[in-house]
Amino acid sequence: MGLLTPDPGLLFWMLVTFGAVFFLLAKFGFPVILRSVEERKAYIEESLRSAQEAAGRLAGVQAEADRLLAEARAEQARILAQAAATRDRIIKEAQQKAYAESDRLLAELKKQLATEKESALRDIRRQVALLSVEVAEKVLRSKLADGQEQAALIDRLLDEVSESSHQASM
Amino acid sequence: MTLLLLLLAGTLAAPAAGHAPEEVDVNHLVFGHIGDTYGWHIVSLGGTDVTLPLPVIVKGAGGWRVFSSSRLAEGPYEGFYVAHGGPYDGKVVERDGTGAEVRPLDLSVTKNVLGLFINSGVLLALLLGCARWYRRHPADKAAPGGLVGMVEAVVTTVHDDVIKSCVGPDYRRYAPYLLTAFFFVLVNNLMGLVPVFPGGANLTGNIAVTMVLALFTFAFTNLFGTKEYWKEIFWPEVPIWMKCPVPMMPVIEFFGLFTKPFALMIRLFANIMAGHAAILSLLAIIFITVKVGPVINGSMTVVAVLFGVFMNGLEVLVAFIQAYVFTMMSAVFIGMSRVGHTEG
Repeated sequence: MGLLTPDPGLLFWMLVTFGAVFFLLAKFGFPVILRSVEERKAYIEESLRSAQEAAGRLAGVQAEADRLLAEARAEQARILAQAAATRDRIIKEAQQKAYAESDRLLAELKKQLATEKESALRDIRRQVALLSVEVAEKVLRSKLADGQEQAALIDRLLDEVSESSHQASM
Repeated sequence: MTLLLLLLAGTLAAPAAGHAPEEVDVNHLVFGHIGDTYGWHIVSLGGTDVTLPLPVIVKGAGGWRVFSSSRLAEGPYEGFYVAHGGPYDGKVVERDGTGAEVRPLDLSVTKNVLGLFINSGVLLALLLGCARWYRRHPADKAAPGGLVGMVEAVVTTVHDDVIKSCVGPDYRRYAPYLLTAFFFVLVNNLMGLVPVFPGGANLTGNIAVTMVLALFTFAFTNLFGTKEYWKEIFWPEVPIWMKCPVPMMPVIEFFGLFTKPFALMIRLFANIMAGHAAILSLLAIIFITVKVGPVINGSMTVVAVLFGVFMNGLEVLVAFIQAYVFTMMSAVFIGMSRVGHTEG
């Protein structure tokens, strides 16, 4: 048997063995391996894509956070400014009100004072008049105890009256 | 060149000088290793041969016979014996009624058949082991390392670079066959390079093995050929005179059907067989030059070992290249038979 003539025995066994090997590998070997490799490839691609998406989302979130922070700062500044303005306004108003009130009170006080002074003066005048009438009565009582004196006084009074009317006629 | 001359001079001079204790039959040595035997000679330990006896299964004139190959070493067994010389040299024969040597139907588990079983076992263990790993590990949980990773790298290389690009859109249907062919050839090539048992059976350098592989490719190519493929064979796009009265091109194309797998068969067989022959011949130099004397023998031994190492390295490369080429050519042939078929 030369090298170039296939031996039928080996040919037979080879056919059987290779057929069996092919069947087993084609059924349980390569499809499993290839499917796993493909699944892994798909999984890796999927992971890469989702990682990219997540990174994009994260960047968006960061920008959003920055924007919110800036907005909050602006709002804070605005509120502070408003509060300061309100405070100033309130203080000014209060001051104005206080000034007005004090002015009013002062004026009222002055008016009252003037009234009281007048009534006091009136009182004093009346008292003085009463006192002088009483004094005059007392003096007259003591002086006109006797008739002589009464006559003298009447004379003097009459003189005085005439004098004053004389003077008044001149 | 000088070395070769020295070698020639040595071999020619030695028998004349007459102090050759034993003639070294290089031809027998080399072809004994390349060819097939009924028992598996493992090693010779000081005169005793350690041989693994294998079952001889023959169907002669008297029906099926199964016996151990060790019986044959002792002489004829039930009329069967190993022929020396003649058309059936080295094979089990029997004598028919007229006394002529005839060959029975021989399905013996020879050295090559056992090697085939062992290598197929290795191949199955390797790939089914890998497949088992994938079954146990979900694709999104772990990636393989070590041996499984290496196998995966080879599988994906062959699958993506050879099968996908050569077969075309419906590569999925052919990927299992082409990958099986690739790994079968690769494992058998590499096991053939292992010099000790259980390697060393020269399988891919045996024409019966490559013939079966080529037949599989032939079947896969032609059983699923498209209409366009058959049209290109029997009515190709050439000037009408080349195909009408005398079907020149169709005949050529029709022969092409068979020459393509034939080329596959011969290429693999010749490459591997030649590699084995080259390594064995180089190492045979050592035993040839024993007769010439210690100086030449010593120097030739160094040279032979260096060349042998180089050739072995080369053969490892060839083992891969031939597996790759076989797969690629098969893929190309299958791809040609799928012309005009576009959907996956």
